[in-house]
Amino acid sequence: MDDTLMITFAVTGFVFVAVNLFMAYALVRYRYRPERRARYEPENRKLELWLTGLTTVGIVIMLAPGLIVLADFIHVPQNASVIEAVGKQWQWSFRFPGKDGVLGNTKPQFISFQNPFGLNPDDPNAQDDVLITGSELHLPVNQPVQILLRSYDVLHDFYVPHFRVKMDAVPGIVSTLWFTPTRAGRFDLACAEYCGIGHHTMRGAVYVDDQVTFQNWLGNQSTFSQTNNATTSRQEDNLIQQGRLLAEKQGCLGCHSIDGSPSAGPTWKGLLNRTETLSDGSTVVVDENYIKDSILNPNASVIKGYSPIMPAYDLSDQELDALIAFTASLSLTDNSATNLVSVGKQLAEQQGCLSCHSLDGSSSAGPSWKNLFGKTENLADNTTVVVDDHYLKEAILNPSATIVAGFSPIMPSYQFNDQELEALIAYTKTIH
Amino acid sequence: MAAPYQEAIPLHEPKSFWTKYVWSQNHKVIAIQYTLTAVAVGLVALVMSWLMRIQIAFPGSVAFIDPSTYYQLVTMHGMIMVIYLLTAIFLGGFGNFLIPLMVGARDMVFPFVNMLSYWAYLLSVLVLMASFFVPGGPTGAGWTLYPPQAILPGTPGSGGGIVLMLVSLILFIVAATMGGLNYVTTVIQARTLGMSMMRLPLSVWGIFMATILALLAFPALFVGSVMMLFDRLLGSSFFMPAVVSMGKMLDYEGGSPVLFQHIFWFFGHPEVYIVALPAFGIVSDIISTHARKNIFGYRIMVWAIVCIGVLSFIVWAHHMYVSGMNPYFGFFFAITTLIIAVPTAIKVYNWVLTLWQGNIHMTVPMLFAVAFVSTFTIGGITGLFLGNVVIDLPLSDTYFVVAHFHMVMGVSPILVVFGGIYHWFPKITGRMLDDRLGHLHFWLTFLGTYAIYFPMHYLGFIGMPRRYYAYEGYDFIPESAQDLNVFITVSALLVGVAQFIFLYNLAHSVFKGKSAGSNPWNATTLEWQTPETPPRHGNWGNKLPVVYRWAYDYSVPGEEKDFIPQNQPPRRGNLEPTGTPATHNT
Repeated sequence: MDDTLMITFAVTGFVFVAVNLFMAYALVRYRYRPERRARYEPENRKLELWLTGLTTVGIVIMLAPGLIVLADFIHVPQNASVIEAVGKQWQWSFRFPGKDGVLGNTKPQFISFQNPFGLNPDDPNAQDDVLITGSELHLPVNQPVQILLRSYDVLHDFYVPHFRVKMDAVPGIVSTLWFTPTRAGRFDLACAEYCGIGHHTMRGAVYVDDQVTFQNWLGNQSTFSQTNNATTSRQEDNLIQQGRLLAEKQGCLGCHSIDGSPSAGPTWKGLLNRTETLSDGSTVVVDENYIKDSILNPNASVIKGYSPIMPAYDLSDQELDALIAFTASLSLTDNSATNLVSVGKQLAEQQGCLSCHSLDGSSSAGPSWKNLFGKTENLADNTTVVVDDHYLKEAILNPSATIVAGFSPIMPSYQFNDQELEALIAYTKTIH
Repeated sequence: MAAPYQEAIPLHEPKSFWTKYVWSQNHKVIAIQYTLTAVAVGLVALVMSWLMRIQIAFPGSVAFIDPSTYYQLVTMHGMIMVIYLLTAIFLGGFGNFLIPLMVGARDMVFPFVNMLSYWAYLLSVLVLMASFFVPGGPTGAGWTLYPPQAILPGTPGSGGGIVLMLVSLILFIVAATMGGLNYVTTVIQARTLGMSMMRLPLSVWGIFMATILALLAFPALFVGSVMMLFDRLLGSSFFMPAVVSMGKMLDYEGGSPVLFQHIFWFFGHPEVYIVALPAFGIVSDIISTHARKNIFGYRIMVWAIVCIGVLSFIVWAHHMYVSGMNPYFGFFFAITTLIIAVPTAIKVYNWVLTLWQGNIHMTVPMLFAVAFVSTFTIGGITGLFLGNVVIDLPLSDTYFVVAHFHMVMGVSPILVVFGGIYHWFPKITGRMLDDRLGHLHFWLTFLGTYAIYFPMHYLGFIGMPRRYYAYEGYDFIPESAQDLNVFITVSALLVGVAQFIFLYNLAHSVFKGKSAGSNPWNATTLEWQTPETPPRHGNWGNKLPVVYRWAYDYSVPGEEKDFIPQNQPPRRGNLEPTGTPATHNT
């Protein structure tokens, strides 16, 4: 390809210089003098034929190598690995075929918050597909790779300037390009087909690693089946809510606190998997079974230091599960503050928030997060609001109701759970 | 040779101010109406380009230019310049003024339709301007209006803006069709006695061929616009596949975005030749007049215009090499694209060879014509890079493309517009434009546009993408690129300001310009031989001209003067040198 480029430079450069110099010379040499007459020569067949012939030769010299290289570009090598890149406003996601070497089927109808790639959950090939969000791709060096391009919404273009390749991602079809990265390093990924107001922020990176680093990275990514199971945690959310309601209704919270403060019974905060000493001196790890027993038959295993006054509760298995889930959730909130912030940061990167919200104050599709928390904002409906926890939660769960004046109402809603919302808000608070 | 041409024909001249200057069916008045409207709307687009350049060079410095506004500026600047300025001024402005005069007719063959054509054009401009005032503002989809983004949220103006844009284009196409039918029919049917096709000046050939292209290509844009309107307003799915937009699955299914691109570029490529071919023709006439030498290779020049016109219909997908279309198409379109370079190159050689051994007056029109050859050469050459598929891969959607199309569409044809106005202003008004202001305007513009676009090619080579609101945070763009961006912006602002010299010159010279006489350039073509200057209603007085020779009898050996007008009869008994056998056929 570089040869074609150099040839083109040489041929066209020569023509450009020749035409301009010739003209400049003629303008000086043949400037108007009243005693002169111009030459009367309507045409010169021979000269014109020569010029046509030479031009045609020049064109062929440029075109022929170009077409030869094009043939290479079209034919994907046999040993190319196949991955998928998906563009959506305004971020990139990637998918590797996993151990079975086959990418699973997708359909737009399957796209949801839980299933952002739109994978068919009934397709066995999809289960082991490795999913990467957050616009950062890793590739092994010296390995030809064919990228299948998809888009969810509008035209995008996968463009790695250093590799000098690009191809549009078109919704409704799968387009393709292939290349072999020959140098390790980090290379910018940019979108090269105008795709809306976030086009210039739709960026990412391609990391080219040696085999070992690459395999390590790939192994650390989650597969479709794993994220699919993570969706069951959404169902668990409901379970946690159920457990909380039960705890309130049945009066558990009359004796057990959830914030660590002492009460008639042991606090539930951080309870799960804690090692406790029983009244008979033995120790026990507070696991699911112990909790179940304590509810159904409390006085068999009272914790040392507490009176045996807890009544028995005849609850169903489902109710027990709910209470356990609720208890478990109280243990998880034992994250330190910085852990929460880093979780929030990760979420913001992976969910594409940063495609529209800048961190440095610059104007973008959405309001900048710099110094956002505590700011007074004017909303599109002419009310003013102070950006606090409550507003941020609303803005994430139900953005169209809380649009800031001057911005388009295009933010999709994100159905994060309470934990994720807390993490994001914690992260937002740190951005100055 | 008594002929109906030579009898006095009653001409019904309009009498009132309104019928003379507003609801006029006179091709010269319509030409001026087109030109003034095109220049006005072009100035709006020029200011938009300043705002865009300021944002690129000094990001964030103008508060109201947010990404949404920026992309609206990009879109409106492009669409106005290509369609509402360039196409309108070459066909509606130059075409209307020159064709009847150069072929020896009294007016266009359908004067009433000609008048309607202007008012339809004006209406299309007003509808386009109205899109600034609807909620969401004008469309910001890029002048190419690609779906699905053009009609989906996330792109500015996807509400009312895109609808008004498409309606405006449809109105423009109506106007262009009405005008186009006039130009083509007048050239074919209304040439005066002795004016064979091969005696026509190249200005007419260029505009004539461009008009044929317009009549055949604009319907594709019409169809594409209607289909996109249906997708947007009626929920059809011509161009809309199943999409999940902003988290919501929409109702569309089964459409093809690439189909729009084929339809659009089937129009879009001939469109650039609709702009270029009149420029080619006008440059030929200006060079030969001011160099006092016949255009070199007139017949080949005519054939080149025809071949370029025909070939322009089979190169369109060179705009789509990275669109995801079938890659095998790349072979076909790369070949046709590079073939079209051959007749184009021949035209460049012939202009240069016309200068060779000429007797060249360095007048302002000549300067602009020479500048055209220089800038069109570089613009055409960068097209050869882009036409070769594999070289297009790194360069597509970068500033290399922006530099290329500005050189061939924005710089060279505009230089011809200026050159043409300096050249024909004396015929239109009877006065000369000021010469010193003209020279100043020329040098600032010519050197300035090179300063703007030459460095831009380099920015494209390093991969700087186009249609970006800002470039911070990319590793692959070196810091020095931003310095170049500042340089380009400053040059652009200076060139922009320099155009006011031209506008002032125009306004001032209409009233106070030096009196020109009927043929200040001693040109051969018919428009300079009218009995009055400016030409009155009916152009020729009682007698239509009769043509005896081709349009390029300059510096004919043995003649006292260095030019012979087309309607000057041959001297009895004298042998006159033949040009080519074809030029003396009636």
